[in-house]
Amino acid sequence: MTVLNFINFYIVPGLVLGSIYAVGAIGITMVFGIMRFAHLAHGDMATMGAFFALAAIGLFGVSPWMALPIAMIMAAVLAVGIDRVFYDYLRERPKILTVMASLGLALMLRSAVQVIWGVDPVTYVRGIVRPDSYFGILLRPRELYTLLSLIVIVVALTLFLKTSKWGKAMRAMSDNPDLALLSGVDNRMVTILTWSIVGALCAAAGFMLGINTELNSMMGWHLLLPMFAAAILGGVGRVEGAVLGGFIVGLVEELSVLVLPGQYKAATAFVILLLILLVRPRGLLNGKVL
Amino acid sequence: MELIGLANYAVFMGILIGIYALLSLALNIQWGLTGLFNAGIAGFFAIGAYTSAILTSPHVAGRVGGFDMPILVGWAAAMLMATLIAWPIARICLRFRSDYLAIATIGVAEIFRLIIKSEDWLTGGSRGITGIPRPFGDLPYVQSQLAYLALVVIAVLVVYLLVERQLRSPWGRMMRAIRDNEASAAAMGKNVEARRRQAFMFGSAIMGLAGALFVHFNRSITPEAIDPMIATFLIWIMLILGGSGNNRGAILGAIVIWLIWSISEMLTDRLPTEVAIQAKYVRIFIIGLMLQLVLRFRPEGILPEEHKKKPVPPGRVQP
Repeated sequence: MTVLNFINFYIVPGLVLGSIYAVGAIGITMVFGIMRFAHLAHGDMATMGAFFALAAIGLFGVSPWMALPIAMIMAAVLAVGIDRVFYDYLRERPKILTVMASLGLALMLRSAVQVIWGVDPVTYVRGIVRPDSYFGILLRPRELYTLLSLIVIVVALTLFLKTSKWGKAMRAMSDNPDLALLSGVDNRMVTILTWSIVGALCAAAGFMLGINTELNSMMGWHLLLPMFAAAILGGVGRVEGAVLGGFIVGLVEELSVLVLPGQYKAATAFVILLLILLVRPRGLLNGKVL
Repeated sequence: MELIGLANYAVFMGILIGIYALLSLALNIQWGLTGLFNAGIAGFFAIGAYTSAILTSPHVAGRVGGFDMPILVGWAAAMLMATLIAWPIARICLRFRSDYLAIATIGVAEIFRLIIKSEDWLTGGSRGITGIPRPFGDLPYVQSQLAYLALVVIAVLVVYLLVERQLRSPWGRMMRAIRDNEASAAAMGKNVEARRRQAFMFGSAIMGLAGALFVHFNRSITPEAIDPMIATFLIWIMLILGGSGNNRGAILGAIVIWLIWSISEMLTDRLPTEVAIQAKYVRIFIIGLMLQLVLRFRPEGILPEEHKKKPVPPGRVQP
């Protein structure tokens, strides 16, 4: 196998899959860090976001990549609403109850998708797209856009978190909630901001998976384990860690077919998760442990 | 005739309720008593089901098996296998908050689903395992069903009495202490992690037993027999609605939820086909919503935990 073939068959798909996991894992890590619980409905929220984009394409007749921002806004509103109705009243009770509520919500979101859009797989666009060659490296436009979107999302989010007032407030809540509240950080506003960012990221992850493969009601649920593996591998609460973790999990999954039967690709994320919890629960970039 | 049909159906329902009651009791040990979040109940159930099925079923070409072991050996092995798989998970995840256990148990259920689907030589792949013997299976239909119901009821009763005894013993008190205030229990010299591991493995063993009871009742098993997420979720809502921490509540919850679930299924099956499929998912949505409503309006369930003391109001010294 030549180096180019290796890159085209394993590294490129791994990086594309990794970007999808990374976008999802950033959301997981933000909920884990700021709201302090494992959000089990994250995958199904991504499914919902992917179908929002489908609805936007159908309603407004826009191209898929133009539908993405619309879907992100819709998912942000949905996430804030879900927090208001289903998570917020559990705030004072043990956090594990919120985890339970989020498991119930995963089921609700999924069945809502199944009722509205059915269970048969669909795609955003029909037809086969030929990849373009960049010095021998074959990339389809959608794969290129997926990687570019990840870069845009990470740069925008990092700038927001590092420089803006509300971004700093969110980081403060993540580092030490008591101290942050004492210094006058508005808890409600931080919660709303966090959930709208998380909802938008869910939609982006779901959309990226949908445009690179297909849409179905279980797509998000199958993202859940790799996204958690990526978030914990990178270190809970660390955005750059989630990106690093996402790429590692994506690449390992694609490379695993060299040694494992293909149907066990999905198992690698679980193995990574257990290994990192066993040897370094704080993650590669020294995150939090709950 | 109609009446006999109805009575037969009631017996059939009784057996399934018994199996769910076992699962609900098992979850009560893990969640109600210890506060451990198992989101992969269906995985441990399937581990038990397949273990017992492989050990007791007759030989089929192309699949490991034909051990033709006695059914009781199958049941014991089902419990043992579920415990063995629970051990490493507990070992790795119970050092942290239960969130990590929730994720890892989802993983166990998913991985086991993959194994069942793809390892033809072990599990028969999508064809599954058939010809699994059933205790009292040679009797005529009605007697056989009744005998199996008796067997399931005995199993539930034994597990209920065992867990109830555990709850009232010093062990149960210690477990509640760990659940309610981990730091102070640790300060009293209790080995929090080891105790949690015990409870997790104990619960998993009973989930494995429930799987074995199900597979011998059904006489066959395929990967599609149980939807992992829905089965797991039904058991959660059974326990939460019935009253977590209360064994009678766990059994009551199993009865109530299973009746709602299967009666609503009968109703939706009568709808025209176009709507019937959608109605199926509406039912799932409603089960999810029900959990939210119970968590919000009656978090202690129908039968609240008995031993729990009311919290002392701040500023007053406990006598």
